[in-house]
Amino acid sequence: MKSSPYSRDGMKTPTVMRWVLAALLPGYLTQIYFFGWGYGVSMLLLLLTAVLVEAGVLAIRKRPVLETLKDSSALVTAALLAIALPPFLPWWMYVMAGSVAVLFGKQLYGGLGFNPFNPAMIAYALLLVSYPVAMSTSWALPLGLAEPADILTASRIIFLGDPLVQLDALSGATPLDTYKSLAGVELSDGIWQKPIFGEHVALGWEWVAMAFGVGGGLLLLKRIITWHIPVCVILGLSVMAMLFGWDPDRSVPIHLHWLGGSLIVGAFFIATDPVSAPTTTLGKCWFGIGIGVLVYVIRAWGNYPDAVAFAVLLMNFTAPLLDQITQPKTFGHQKPNRTLIKVQVK
Amino acid sequence: MGKCRVSNNSEPLKIMWNGVWGSNPALVQLLGLCPLLAVTSTVVNALGLGMATLCVLVGSNAAVSLIRNWVQPAIRLPAFVMIIASLVTSVELLMQAYTYDLYLVLGIFIPLIVTNCAILGRAEAYASKNPFFMSILDGFMMGVGFLLVLLVLGAVRELIGQGTLFTDMHLLFGEEAKSWRWEVVPDYPPFLFAILPPGAFVVMGLLIALKNVIDSSLKAKQASNAAPSGSKRVRVTGPVT
Repeated sequence: MKSSPYSRDGMKTPTVMRWVLAALLPGYLTQIYFFGWGYGVSMLLLLLTAVLVEAGVLAIRKRPVLETLKDSSALVTAALLAIALPPFLPWWMYVMAGSVAVLFGKQLYGGLGFNPFNPAMIAYALLLVSYPVAMSTSWALPLGLAEPADILTASRIIFLGDPLVQLDALSGATPLDTYKSLAGVELSDGIWQKPIFGEHVALGWEWVAMAFGVGGGLLLLKRIITWHIPVCVILGLSVMAMLFGWDPDRSVPIHLHWLGGSLIVGAFFIATDPVSAPTTTLGKCWFGIGIGVLVYVIRAWGNYPDAVAFAVLLMNFTAPLLDQITQPKTFGHQKPNRTLIKVQVK
Repeated sequence: MGKCRVSNNSEPLKIMWNGVWGSNPALVQLLGLCPLLAVTSTVVNALGLGMATLCVLVGSNAAVSLIRNWVQPAIRLPAFVMIIASLVTSVELLMQAYTYDLYLVLGIFIPLIVTNCAILGRAEAYASKNPFFMSILDGFMMGVGFLLVLLVLGAVRELIGQGTLFTDMHLLFGEEAKSWRWEVVPDYPPFLFAILPPGAFVVMGLLIALKNVIDSSLKAKQASNAAPSGSKRVRVTGPVT
């Protein structure tokens, strides 16, 4: 809870959600350009699943179905999942992810506004824990290394698992994963020669990350998010990378951390989820730093290649506490009210 | 089944009802969750641990009931723990002797039965206040209730996790039980989440929700059937007393 004075910006949930969807577009279109239509098919599947499951649960819970669906929050969850998940998973994994996100991530807690965790990341973590192999090898190779899959090829891979399509020629590990597995084996100059890194940082991935950054800028301009969480996420990760990962021969260098994975989309779109993030300014800073640090810790010393999902979920746990201990001073009071347990004084 | 109620005040029936459903140690009291969640990845694990817990529970309730009039209240808990610990040790040695492979699979969770709150809870809440045979019945029924939940949890997790039922039953029933393995869904892609501890939490939550739904629908049915005048039925649903 923020203290007064409150000001209304007149933006209601559906408007906010639609702006988020619009802000995702540049990054998403870049993804399709570089990585092909796997992302298109998965997006369709996820949107459909999320809306159907949301409608079904709302009907069972005897809530207004159409009214609630109009807030578009299920669409945002599905869109984030489609962007975060690899594009060549079997179709039922997308269906599972969409239903788990809406059903277990959101509706079981009571619907939008009551979920303590980011629903999309719940589903992502579930798939990552359950199907680690598929989740780390089904990434599409970027334009330049492979022909991006057209709709027909992508559908055949996703729906039929078609053995005629040579999946190996289209998919592989992410640049982060590639660098991490080679670091320590080869010197950094040798690693950078690998075609997946392209001319700059990470072929394709770098442009996707920057396009999501542009979308994030749009959200900042529209005052839908504040700068605190994204900046602190990137700051937290960067400080950790400078402290522990300064040697490019042995660990992933900092610019690959920024542009080679889902950090940017995570910082601007996932960590800033208004429901599961803290609401005070100071709380947002700590929340962002925590995510950044955890992303580095899991990426560098953990077994999972990209860590945004787990970092966000772990910090979601702390959001209520952060909110409580970072209460700002209210006008007319000497000290801010930050007690954890409210003691009733007679 | 319609009306699930215990008509007269007979104690044994009440104990049976409470153990299996009314105040089921796993679903209502939420005791002993550590082994419950940790080892119920297959039916055979669940059955092994459930049987071990059942034996300890019956034995400890019997022993505690026998000494209830001779142990000072101030030191009753150490005495109970001592009894439980010796029983668990015996069970552990027995499992090591007769079901060695299962003993290896369950590992630390057999000695951990000592700290299963369901056992200490029954010793304190029932056996230390009630006669010998009733305590044995209470221990048995509570153990059965715990075992049933373990079995359901194990079956659901095994089915969702690996698409089979009754895998590795030879750990408990000898070599011929190897053929009991039932591949419910052929070529099932393993769903690791259900086998890992988080899956146990989710399935457990769903089981508790299911029980609450059944309870509230039974209650609604009873309320609509009940005559407005005060009847003397035993209250069998609702919070633990």
